[in-house]
Order: sequence, then C-alpha cells, then structure tokens
Amino acid sequence: MSRIEVREDRCKGCLLCATVCPVEIIAQSERFNAQGYKVIEVRDMDSCTGCASCARMCPDMCITVYKTAKAPKE
Amino acid sequence: MQAAEKLVFKTPDVIIDRPTHYCPGCQHGTAHRIVGEVIDELGLADKTIAVASIGCSVFLYNYLNVDAVEAPHGRAPAVATGVKRARPDRTVFTYQGDGDLASIGMAEIMHAANRGERITVIFVNNTVYGMTGGQMAPTTMIGQATTTCPGGRCAEREGLPIKMAEIIGMLGGVVFCERVAVNSVKNIARAKKAVRKAFECQEQGLGFSFVEFLATCPTNWKMSPVDANKRIADELIPYFPLGTIVDRTGGGEDK
Amino acid sequence: MAPERVFIKGNEAIAQGALDAGCRCFFGYPITPQNDIPEFLSKALPEAGGEFVQAESEVAAANMLLGAAATGVRCMTSSSSPGMSLKQEAISYMAGSELPAVVVNMNRGGPGLGDIGPAQGDYYQSTRGGGHGDYRLLVLAPATCQEAYDLVIEAFALAFRYRNPVLILGDAILGQMKEPIARRESVTYDDASGGWHLDGNAGRDKRLIKSLFLDEGALAGQNRHLMAKYAAMRAETRWEAFQTEDAELVVCAYGSIGRIAKSTVRKLRARGLKVGLLRPITLYPFPDAPLLALAGQGKRFLTIEHNCGQMVDDVRLAIRTKADSDFFGVMPGELPNPDDLEGPILKSLEG
Repeated sequence: MSRIEVREDRCKGCLLCATVCPVEIIAQSERFNAQGYKVIEVRDMDSCTGCASCARMCPDMCITVYKTAKAPKE
Repeated sequence: MQAAEKLVFKTPDVIIDRPTHYCPGCQHGTAHRIVGEVIDELGLADKTIAVASIGCSVFLYNYLNVDAVEAPHGRAPAVATGVKRARPDRTVFTYQGDGDLASIGMAEIMHAANRGERITVIFVNNTVYGMTGGQMAPTTMIGQATTTCPGGRCAEREGLPIKMAEIIGMLGGVVFCERVAVNSVKNIARAKKAVRKAFECQEQGLGFSFVEFLATCPTNWKMSPVDANKRIADELIPYFPLGTIVDRTGGGEDK
Repeated sequence: MAPERVFIKGNEAIAQGALDAGCRCFFGYPITPQNDIPEFLSKALPEAGGEFVQAESEVAAANMLLGAAATGVRCMTSSSSPGMSLKQEAISYMAGSELPAVVVNMNRGGPGLGDIGPAQGDYYQSTRGGGHGDYRLLVLAPATCQEAYDLVIEAFALAFRYRNPVLILGDAILGQMKEPIARRESVTYDDASGGWHLDGNAGRDKRLIKSLFLDEGALAGQNRHLMAKYAAMRAETRWEAFQTEDAELVVCAYGSIGRIAKSTVRKLRARGLKVGLLRPITLYPFPDAPLLALAGQGKRFLTIEHNCGQMVDDVRLAIRTKADSDFFGVMPGELPNPDDLEGPILKSLEG
C-alpha cells in the first residue's frame, strides 16, 4: 500500500494536487489549519499508487510520498 | 510478507523547512522546489551564491539554504556578473520575475546574456507585478485586466507581451535557453530537466543559461488556483510556446 | 625595494593606486573626464590576474560592484558626474547592505550634461549620501596626483574597516594633470576574514547580504547601527592646515581648488598678508573641530568652491556658534587660476 503524508499546517488549500491525482482520492476537507486554510484530505488511501504527482504539483512542499511495491499475486 | 515502503518524494534538503509567504496556488514555490532539487542532485548547495531580485520572490533567500545577496530592482544579472567575476569557482544564479527582468532590468539581462556570463537565470513569468499589487507587466497578455490597465491590456496602447526566452535566445553568449511551465506533472518534469541542464551548463563553464517559467498568480489574476493553472495551458502556452530555444551545450549548432 | 617614481596623470594615479591596493575587480563605463581610469585598468587589471568589465551602463557597473563586494574582494568603479547620478541606486543599496568598495567621481560641470571641464558641483551629492535613505559615504578629496594615489590605497582599507563604500572625489583638473608620484609596493590583502562575505556555505551557516528590513523594529535598528558607524567614522577626519596659526582670514577650499587657493595664499603671505588655508581632505566626515577651533580664535572665513556654494554650508555649520563664512564661487564652466582668487580673498580680509 502506497501512501502520502500531508503537512496540514503548510497546506494552503489550493487543490492543485487534487487536479493531478490519477485515482482522484484527494479532496478538500472540512478542516481549517492555523493559517485559516481549508486543508486537503485523502479519501481512500488504499487506492494511492505512490505516483507522487500530487507532491510534484504542490507549490507548498507539504506532501511526502511513500511507495510500496505491489506484492506479486500468488 | 509486506513489501518494504520506500520514500519516493520529499522536499529537497536545500529547501529550508518553513512555510512560504506565497499566496495559495502561487507557483513560485514549485519553481523554488525545482531549483532546490537540482542544487541537491548536482551537489551544489555549499558552493552556490543566489542573487535575489525585487518582487514577491525577494524572499527566495528565506527558503533556500545557500549564501545570497539581494539585488536592486532589475539589476540581478549585473550583481550576479560581479559575484561570478569575483568568485568564478562558485555557482551563481539569479531568480527574477517578469517586472524585474523584462521591464526595469532589460538592459542588465540582455548584456549579461550577450557577454555569456557563466551564470544561470531563473525567470518566472506570471504576467503581472505581484508584490506591488497586480499592475501591468511587460508580459501581461492582451485583454488581461490589471490595476494599471483596468480595461485590459491593449496592443495599440501598451504593445504586445514580451517573449523573453526568444529574445534571450538570439544573443551570442547564451548556451542554453528554454521556456517551461509547471502546470502539469509532465511539464514539471520537463522544467526540472531544463533547470538541471542550465546549472550543468554553468558548472561546465560553457556560458549563460536561461530558463523561463510560466507560472500563476491566482491572487492578481483574480482566479482560483485551479482556474489560474488552467489559464497557463489555455492562454499562456499558445502565446509563450514551451520548449528549448537554444541548446549549444553539445558544442554544436543551435537546436 | 626603493619606491618607484612614475610620471602620470591623476586618473592614472588613481588606477595605479587601486592596482597597488590589491583591487581585483573593476567595473567601468566610458564618460569624460575619467576615461583614463577604465582604459588603464582594462589592460593592467587582467595582467595582474583581476577582472575588468566594461558594463552596459553606470547603473550596471555599480551593481556589478555590489555583487563583487558581496564576495569580499577589493573592487572599484569610476565615473564622472552624470554617470554618478546613475550609480546612486547601487551605492544606496551598498550602504544599506554594508558593502565595502571604492567609487571614484572625477567631477565635471553640471547640472545635466553640463560640460566636460572641472567643477565641484557634486559636493552635496557626495556628502549627503546621493541616493535614497539616510546613509553616508566616507568621502576623500585629493588635491595632487600623489595624494590621489595614496588616498585610493587608504580608501580600500577604510572601506573594509567600516564595511562602507568610500568615495574618491576628484575633478577634471586632477584627472588630467601629470605629476611624478612615488609608488608603494603592491600588497595582496586578505580582507575576507571578517565572517560576512559570500563564498558558499561549506562548513558554516548560510549568509545573507541585504538591505530589506521588514520585521517590526528591524529597519530602525539597522538605521541606528548605521548612524553609530557613521559617528565612529569621525575618527578618520583629515585636513591640511596651511599657515592658519596667525591668519586673520582662513580660506576653506578642497581638492583642486584647495590647491589653487594654496598658491594664492602663498603669494599673499609673501606680501605680508595674514591669510591661511584649511583644506578638508575628508569631506565626510567634515573637519568641523579644527574649523571651530580657528573660529574660536576670532578668525574670519572665506569658503571658495568651484560651484555655486555647497561646502560653505558645512563650514557655516561647523563655525556657527562663533563665526560666519564668506563665499566665493568659481562658476562650473569656467577655469579658475590663482589670480582669480586674489580679489575675493583680499575683499574678505578687509572685512
């Protein structure tokens, strides 16, 4: 299972990450951070492919990406 | 057994861990990160001297962990010339916006390029003066409304948006010149490749290198970050085409 | 090694002085009457392993100076009056960023394009900062080729001692006049040990050279720091007092006019007239104290300048509690000679 970590305190809620997610699992949450921005959340982390598109698109460097190779099917 | 987890994307080491002052969706941050990735990958962090310019990006030095000097408005290429001539063994780059580079700093950028100064120029074109509040820039698009052309830029009155990468590409001392965008994952990858080549060009002592970034200014465009990003592809790229304009890094003919 | 004596123009003496002071980078732009300086250095500096750049403008030359200064090397630029107006932007930034460098102005006639002859119309610009903001330059005003050579060498030391731009203020007379000078041995300096210059952050924290201070109280703090530095510069005040002890009238004049006035004073002394000369060598800091001391002895004053009256303000400020100063101005556009100054001196002497 691949995953991303979002530093919510750095997120400015621009949603550019959401526009490039190939599996469309990133969306705006209902939470505000200390800066007053409505931060993003991942709706279905299990579907994350670890492609890092969101992190590359993020202007605020608040996404870290961990990829786990898919276990070969038995 | 669970497969091992691998870190595949993190912020470059040379980027200082602090929130930026940029507005939501502003792509200065993306350009900063790309420069940071290249500095890390080429191992240049402890020999780089950055020349910051005037505009929103003056605070570049708050985000990059390298030595830096602040240049007056438009003069970064002249300041970088002085730095590089005094310390030719150091990596010297400027980071300038379109008001800074393409308006008040036109003489300095043209002549630094023409002399073939061994510096790298990162030019961020967001078609507007950002920090001063959204005034018309030399790169403002025809019809684009700003605080000093509220009815939209008019070609008869204000002339056409200046295509800097093409102009720079015509000058003798330029070894590498490319226009990039950071509006998509694919273009971000190309942008990084271009910045890498520009810094390599300097490291090899080949001459002047220039990368123009098309970037958003959602605040002064009065658009959402997502709509602003869409404008890059819909309006800017058709007028400011992406791609390599000059590549003499192989020592051969122009591309 | 005995000092070498060479017969050169004032402009060349300045260039030679820079070279012998270990200047590594020079950024120039053509303008009369200072052209001998960049011409001399375009050959001599690369031969000595340094860098010469003919910039696209005085604006660019001064900003190149800013960049080179930020790396801690000895560097210089030169120009004449209209070009100096264009350099003011970078000079203000350098003062604000506390960068050491030497700037030479071979003053010509103004305002505007003026002429290419000598003048002292840039006194205000030189001593009041010249660009925007509260700042000062150390301003040195040589009167002879030897003094020009010596003061340029001194200027580099002062620039690094105070981390401040130092201005050499000459004029077209000094620049074009040929005199023998005694050269000093050329020395290599290492000024970059102060821990502020940029050379990449290997093994240390990054350094930043800037003049932008937006944080609450930061700019006020920087201005207070600069003012304290300018106050400390008072220790560098220099002047020449010539036959002032028993003088009834003290003529105050600087640079080439100071030298011409000295000839007149000498001539009048030969006729038994009690006149003396105080020639400020540093225009900033201004020699207030010796002037005030002379005023305290009941002497009268005449300020002579090659302009319409600028330094006379500083003379009057210096002596204001005790005395006043007459003024005689040679018009920019006219060439002064010692005989021209005789009438005004005699008039002030008679009171």
